[in-house]
Amino acid sequence: MKFRGRAWVFGDDVNTDYIISAARKEAVRDPREAARHLMEDIRPGFAALVAPGDILVAGSNFGCGSSREAAPVVIQAAGIACVAARSFARIFYRNAVNVGLPLVEVDTRGLEDGEEVEVDVPRATLTRLRDGSVRRGLTLPPFMLAMLAEGGLVAYYRRHGRLPWEDADAADARGAARPAGGERLA
Amino acid sequence: MTRGRGAERPQTLAEKILSRRAGRPVYAGETVTAAVDLVIAHDGNRPQALDVFRELGAERVFDPGRVKFVIDHAPATHNRAAAEVHREMRAFAAAQGIELFEAGEGICHQVLPERGHVVPGDVVLGTDSHTTTHGAFQAFGTGVGTTDLAVAMMSGRTWFRVPETIRVELYGRLGPGAFAKDAALWLLGHLGANGATYRAIEFGGPGVAGLGVGERMTFANLAMEMGAKVALFPCDEVLRDWLRPRAGERGEALAPDPGAPYVAEVALDLGEIEPMLAAPHQPDNVHPVAAFAGAPIDEAIVGTCVNGRLEDLEVVARVLAGRRVAPGVRLIVTPASREVYLRAARAGILAALAEAGATVGIPGCTGCTGASGCGVPGDGERVVSAGNRNFRGRLGNPKAEIFLASPATVAASAVTGRITDPRAFLGRKEGVA
Repeated sequence: MKFRGRAWVFGDDVNTDYIISAARKEAVRDPREAARHLMEDIRPGFAALVAPGDILVAGSNFGCGSSREAAPVVIQAAGIACVAARSFARIFYRNAVNVGLPLVEVDTRGLEDGEEVEVDVPRATLTRLRDGSVRRGLTLPPFMLAMLAEGGLVAYYRRHGRLPWEDADAADARGAARPAGGERLA
Repeated sequence: MTRGRGAERPQTLAEKILSRRAGRPVYAGETVTAAVDLVIAHDGNRPQALDVFRELGAERVFDPGRVKFVIDHAPATHNRAAAEVHREMRAFAAAQGIELFEAGEGICHQVLPERGHVVPGDVVLGTDSHTTTHGAFQAFGTGVGTTDLAVAMMSGRTWFRVPETIRVELYGRLGPGAFAKDAALWLLGHLGANGATYRAIEFGGPGVAGLGVGERMTFANLAMEMGAKVALFPCDEVLRDWLRPRAGERGEALAPDPGAPYVAEVALDLGEIEPMLAAPHQPDNVHPVAAFAGAPIDEAIVGTCVNGRLEDLEVVARVLAGRRVAPGVRLIVTPASREVYLRAARAGILAALAEAGATVGIPGCTGCTGASGCGVPGDGERVVSAGNRNFRGRLGNPKAEIFLASPATVAASAVTGRITDPRAFLGRKEGVA
């Protein structure tokens, strides 16, 4: 899960209403159709600019607000390969992994619209291709990476017949508390 | 008390509830799976949880008694898309033996506690971010997306990272004209929209006893706008009295251990709180009402899961008593549930509101989002709302402005046609009951 592409840079606190408004998600059931309205209230015309494989870059608290799973679904349907943000709101974070939208929590300050970046999801790195500088973020826990690798929770379950966190839970049940830092879960 | 093997460390309230549902002592930072007591799906999201449920290949929900469907987001069923979702929800609920609360019964966070479905110690999952509201009942209520909800419907379990906790110590009593909404907005401004992300908020302190259950729901509701996973209140006599006629003595009251670890502590003196508002376009853009006093408004909204309860409607009626909504202003007041609607009707509140020029909405999420089928503002219009979100476009028009405030501030502003501090409209003796 390594993606190289053009960065679209957004600021802090991009909420799920901005990603896809309540009225649009209500009216439009086809995600590809809804994707035409991605970010329309804060960046009109944005959806038309996005090319498949582009990378969405944001500041802190990306995806705050409503629990709508349509938010990551519509980002994905627009052709965005992955999202890198300084931090994510917790429901969006779970939803993105559940629907198979790769994400990385990494320092995104100073990145510019249109620059080329490479995001390595398992290693949680973001590389600026203009100067080769590498930023390291917080790695996803193994069960979430496993979900992403299968394309989301439903795909994982259909393939394995097990819920992806059952193994992680088994590890914890043996008394191995996870470190509070280093990796992050919603 | 949860007592496990090995070293026992003091636990926060969030850790205690999750320990009981995980079946072993758990602590902040761990990943656990926990049994879920109540699973709530509403009509607001695409895809619907029932669609994902089928994609998972599931056939029966884990326990029909623990799954509730609530039609609240589009209670007017104002278009075909909403009508289709409602139809599908009814069919699925009927086939699975799930209780469904029809359009007009009210908002999930109001109607389910009212009907005795939420008690202390419960883990409550809902496809609504404001499921944190159930923390007023000392339930570990948290919002999830459709897929997480579908899995919980199938398995009765979900995974959590056990959250660290921010302790909020409440002192004093709210003064005249100041309400739980003002205090919660102050806290939101203080912590910020990202201030409690991934964390639990645990309320406590001597100020809690003076807060009614509805006021606690207001705090727990707005905790979501701080990013919180849950917002838990103590289980005291006030809560027990509220629960008794609805849920009897069910539920298990828990308290945090002395010495429980908190990542941050905030002291909030309720007596210091003045009327506050959140200015466009962020809920944490919080200022005293005075900072925007006099700005003309076009629309005023009271209702939603944060402020649609009887005491909220009562205070609106009190502000409107002997007055009328200003010419050119629309005031929409919506009870959060049928119970609130009926009690307000019997108390003469609805008549007083109608007489003063207010429109009464259908119980549910009326006036919260543009998809609720009510109150979409026009270009360049300014709205004052007692709701919880003022994002650009939230009400269906990105060219409008939304301010968030208490029901009293909204009512006072509706009367003058301008953003108005409500204290001049409320007698000096009238604080919060």
